[in-house]
Amino acid sequence: MESVKSKKQSKTKTALNITGAEAIIHCLLEEGVDLLFGYPGGAIMPVYDELYKFQDSLNHVLTRHEQAAAHAAQGYARVSGKVGVAIATSGPGATNLVTGLADAQIDSTPIVCITGQVPRHLLGSDAFQETDIIGISTPVTKWNYQITEASEIPEIMAKAFYIAKSGRPGPVLVDITKNAQFDSFDFSYEKCDGIRSYKPVPKPDIEAIETAASLINSAKKPFIVFGQGVILGNAEEEFKAFIEKTGIPSAWTILGLSALPSDHPLNVGMVGMHGNYGPNVLTNECDVLIAIGMRFDDRVTGNLESYAKQARIIHFDIDPAEINKNVKVDVAVLGDARETLGLILDKVDNKKHDAWHQEFTKKYKEEYEAVIRHDVLPTKPGLTMGEVVSAINDASNNDAVIVTDVGQHQMVACRYARFNDSKSSITSGGLGTMGFALPAAIGAKMGAMDREVVAIIGDGGYQMNIQELATIFQNKTPVKIVVLNNDFLGMVRQWQELFFERRYASTEMVNPDFVKIAEGYFIEARRVTKRHELNDAVREMIKSKEPYFLEVKVEKEDNVFPMIPSGASVSDVRLK
Amino acid sequence: MEEQRYTISIYSENNIGLLNRISGIFLKRHINIESLNVSKSEIENISKFTIVIISTEEWARKIVGQIEKQIEVIKAYYHTDEETIFQQTALFKIASHLLFDERQIQNIIKESNAQIVTVSRDFFVLAKSGRRFEIDEMHEKLKPYGIMQFVRSARLAVSKAEMPISKMLQEFYQDK
Repeated sequence: MESVKSKKQSKTKTALNITGAEAIIHCLLEEGVDLLFGYPGGAIMPVYDELYKFQDSLNHVLTRHEQAAAHAAQGYARVSGKVGVAIATSGPGATNLVTGLADAQIDSTPIVCITGQVPRHLLGSDAFQETDIIGISTPVTKWNYQITEASEIPEIMAKAFYIAKSGRPGPVLVDITKNAQFDSFDFSYEKCDGIRSYKPVPKPDIEAIETAASLINSAKKPFIVFGQGVILGNAEEEFKAFIEKTGIPSAWTILGLSALPSDHPLNVGMVGMHGNYGPNVLTNECDVLIAIGMRFDDRVTGNLESYAKQARIIHFDIDPAEINKNVKVDVAVLGDARETLGLILDKVDNKKHDAWHQEFTKKYKEEYEAVIRHDVLPTKPGLTMGEVVSAINDASNNDAVIVTDVGQHQMVACRYARFNDSKSSITSGGLGTMGFALPAAIGAKMGAMDREVVAIIGDGGYQMNIQELATIFQNKTPVKIVVLNNDFLGMVRQWQELFFERRYASTEMVNPDFVKIAEGYFIEARRVTKRHELNDAVREMIKSKEPYFLEVKVEKEDNVFPMIPSGASVSDVRLK
Repeated sequence: MEEQRYTISIYSENNIGLLNRISGIFLKRHINIESLNVSKSEIENISKFTIVIISTEEWARKIVGQIEKQIEVIKAYYHTDEETIFQQTALFKIASHLLFDERQIQNIIKESNAQIVTVSRDFFVLAKSGRRFEIDEMHEKLKPYGIMQFVRSARLAVSKAEMPISKMLQEFYQDK
């Protein structure tokens, strides 16, 4: 470690002759952490002993599974913009974090995971609960490090937080051997503000910004696709100013959702596999495509061979490795979105693009008639997922944080949920982790106690971390849980229907009585099976000051449309 | 796009686990590492990885982008064979009696500019540095007589163009 000198600030916290375990607590406090999620076990017990002593300043939330601790830390980070922290023991405790790490890595979520490890002298001996978590977590972390001596703790913890939150954020894992937790040393903490081998934010290139501006100014049909980079860069205001000045229709990726209010006139909806019709089709008709803080995921682009081939492409991103990774671009604007959008604002012209905007409106009307009306105002007897999401919008005045899991309900929720504020949609986008929503909602609620947090989950994903009802009960966390139950793994079933001739291999679920289960955890619960009960039930749920569980029995074999079939072009988006 | 040999040069901190992190980038993309060398570099306390892959230029560029993203990597480059000066070294262990029984072996040693590293009663060791094909040629010539052991090092390469690592590090310290 000698060679990795971190540049230090002058403010130093010191404490003489304390244990490594206590030092870890001081590091967390110095980083402003007041809440962490975790699960104790042998190799992390010295730290838990200190958590017991420091419980007045550092709240530990006991989840019922380490995976849930990681997802809760993600939910907390996504809603608050702060670093989420999860802690677990060695071996299975550590491996259970891996899905959360992978999810945070692909969705750029700043979390720090701390794991206990067997004492240094037992490393490599296949000791009880020993696992090579550094080796295992390397591909799914932004950085990881194994501490084997107490004296390493301050510098490594400072680096961990700095790396997790700077630049393009991501997960960091710090593995700490038990001897390093027990040993005493003279503690001194300085926050990290730079690492010589790491350049988190590229300096904006004025020439690139000017080239981008002149392309934008001469565009007849410019189109913006924005992603989570706007949210992670706290660039919502700069983004809004930019689109309002240029008058450019703007669509979002699933992780960009809520960066721009749903009712903003320039918000034209979602791109991607189940995105809106207009944004997908018109991607192949725009003349300049401006991608902001997004990464051209395959679920966004469909077939790359026929993606926006007619357009000049400008890509704003903080991560140089994203430039020309999936889509070849004409202009790359590297840097923090807040800074680059701020810089380009003066260089772009005031425009309206009314005729071009009309094309989005026209496409929206087509989609409304073919899909949206049937989803949101259905006339058939069975309840639709879309009408449930609409009822939640109405009852919460579009002010709720909506946490979704993965599958049909996720696509429907992201299509129809409406947002006034940024950092309000929390979902597992890149990894598609079923089981994400319930623990992430716990973390989100704890990160935004003043906000309504509604988890919308399918009956499949709900059962992947259903044990977290206990965490909700124990902490009296007033999250609202809506399970859209179609007794199917709906998205897989939809693909089986469309592409596997209705061979429903292992997608039908024989489910338990979810209301009774919630009641078993002393959570108020209600089931809706009829349309006329829906609004009242949703209002009752939103009104409640306690945790609340609502099961809605929805149509069993509904499909989510529009849909770009896997491997097809964005132009070939299907309305049915 | 055409596949060809690329030499990837990485300047990094010398930390445990970085090799794993870098090799994982190739693993994730199902790309075979043809050769890999890690040593100190011209800069104190900075390591240099030299990795050879066969790929398209597009993949070489993307891989270098992913490598540079790693926290402890200072800078990475990719170069074609024409853009680098490179060598490998091989060791041949051969039975000593052949040196006297097979006169041709002495000619092979002379012609190929190989060095005799050691001679013992039972075996002698030849070292040959050069291009891969030169080592291969020598291997082919010696093979009929019996090679007890053979090993060839990874490619060592320096680029013709400058790799301004010291300057980059200076900039970091100046910014602070």
